[in-house]
Amino acid sequence: MIKLEKVSKKFATGAFGLSDISVAVDKGEFVFLVGPTGAGKTTIFRLITREMLPTLGTIIVDNWDVAKLPHSKIPHLRKKVGVVFQDLKLLMDRTIFENTILPLEVAGAKSTERKGKAEEVLEKVGIINHRDKFPVQLSGGELQRAAIARALVLTPEIVLADEPTGNLDSETAFRIVKLLEDINKKGTTIIMASHNMEIVNTFSKRVIALDKGRLIRDDNPVGSSRSGRQTPLTEGSDGVENKKKEKKG
Amino acid sequence: MTFKTTWRNIRRSPYQAFAAILIMMLTFLVASFFAFLLFGSSRVITYFESKPTLTSFFRNEAKQEDIESLEKKLKATGKVAAVKFVSKQEALKIYRQQNKNDPLLLDLVTEDILPASLEISAIKIEDLPSIHGILKSSPNVSEVIYQKEVVSTLTSWTNALRKIGIGLIVVLGVVSVFIIVTIIGIKISQKKNDIEIMRLIGASSWYVRWPFVIEGIFYGVVGTMLGFGIAAGSIWYLAPFLSDFLKGIPIFPVSPIFLFALLGAELAIAVVLGAFSSFLAVLRYLK
Repeated sequence: MIKLEKVSKKFATGAFGLSDISVAVDKGEFVFLVGPTGAGKTTIFRLITREMLPTLGTIIVDNWDVAKLPHSKIPHLRKKVGVVFQDLKLLMDRTIFENTILPLEVAGAKSTERKGKAEEVLEKVGIINHRDKFPVQLSGGELQRAAIARALVLTPEIVLADEPTGNLDSETAFRIVKLLEDINKKGTTIIMASHNMEIVNTFSKRVIALDKGRLIRDDNPVGSSRSGRQTPLTEGSDGVENKKKEKKG
Repeated sequence: MTFKTTWRNIRRSPYQAFAAILIMMLTFLVASFFAFLLFGSSRVITYFESKPTLTSFFRNEAKQEDIESLEKKLKATGKVAAVKFVSKQEALKIYRQQNKNDPLLLDLVTEDILPASLEISAIKIEDLPSIHGILKSSPNVSEVIYQKEVVSTLTSWTNALRKIGIGLIVVLGVVSVFIIVTIIGIKISQKKNDIEIMRLIGASSWYVRWPFVIEGIFYGVVGTMLGFGIAAGSIWYLAPFLSDFLKGIPIFPVSPIFLFALLGAELAIAVVLGAFSSFLAVLRYLK
């Protein structure tokens, strides 16, 4: 479904965002992408959605070579991949319902279908009661749900969730991940970036860990038999604690 | 949805919208006034061209046959629309009619003093000099009066007016384009974040561009309606005064066909101008 082959990304500053990353995610998988801030998690998401191009390597999404995709095809790719952005990227001057319906309008869905579909997905994420409120009127958890609703409304094959539990209390965070797990059970491939070890260990999914743009752990590395075994994260195994140690040292 | 977005963009920045509509209104107000002015002056020229613009007075010794042969000669040129013979008696009648309130003038003039004449209207204004030449060459003609000067002055004024009008409209049109480009550009900059989000969730370039292009068209259309409305309203209001001023020249009422044709043409130009301006802005600011 998603394949990164020897992908490197060098920024204009000369710093490497990613170095020689090779990972593959199968259809229907739920993967945690872990690592400290600046590890390259968001860069991977931005490469998958063609927000930026890799300096080296190939990115395949559902048989499409993302880097070689013509400009006219980028909207098609982005409709296939739902993204829950780290900063949510909700339109502040539109209601939750209007934000949710936006991808359907962008995709040119029939007006008769839009309303039902948007309401269905808001119901699914549990914020149907807030449909006519503006983002400023919602709590952090509700906003995350709104962002998830918008990412799901086109029934994408892939959902990329960038730190969706970032600023939430642990109870709300667990509910959000549970919601993503439910969506995954219906066949949607989910990649969730997180540095919350508690959540990653509780849900016991495949973990891909990055640090300073390098792959430091993959439970199902490219070329393996892809057994899907998940090992709980221990201190240092996601690069987070290593970084802390380095700083202390 | 595109229209809804356009309307939201307009509603949320009313001052910018007002500025854009105002400049478009000014452009089309001037365009409408010049169109009315040119239409009016062309009607005045047509009036003068269709009137007996040459009057040829005969000497007293001229015989009826000579006058008739000259009339035939004129008709044979094919340049003459109508020829009317005015006899001495008829001339006196006209004189009496014109001066009926002045008995002193009526007493002084008799049939003998007034010459017989031919009133000639030309088909084209350019033919007046050649008709004038034919009349002048006749020994029976004492004097020829023709309104060549009036018409040629009017024609040169109309031509100058047309040039000034076109120049002014072009300048205002260019100013309108720049103002709309700037306004749409500002709006695009203000909505950069929204546009980025839309693109990230799969919006095509045209999905993002259309509301801005329609916004430009909206400014053009509303500005034109206002500009045309004010110009047409002024003409309607001034019609009685202008009719008095232009005694006998049938300009009013202005034909509704002309009004609709002018409005249609202005709207078409406004749509093109508005769309072009916003498209320029979109190309410049939405890369």
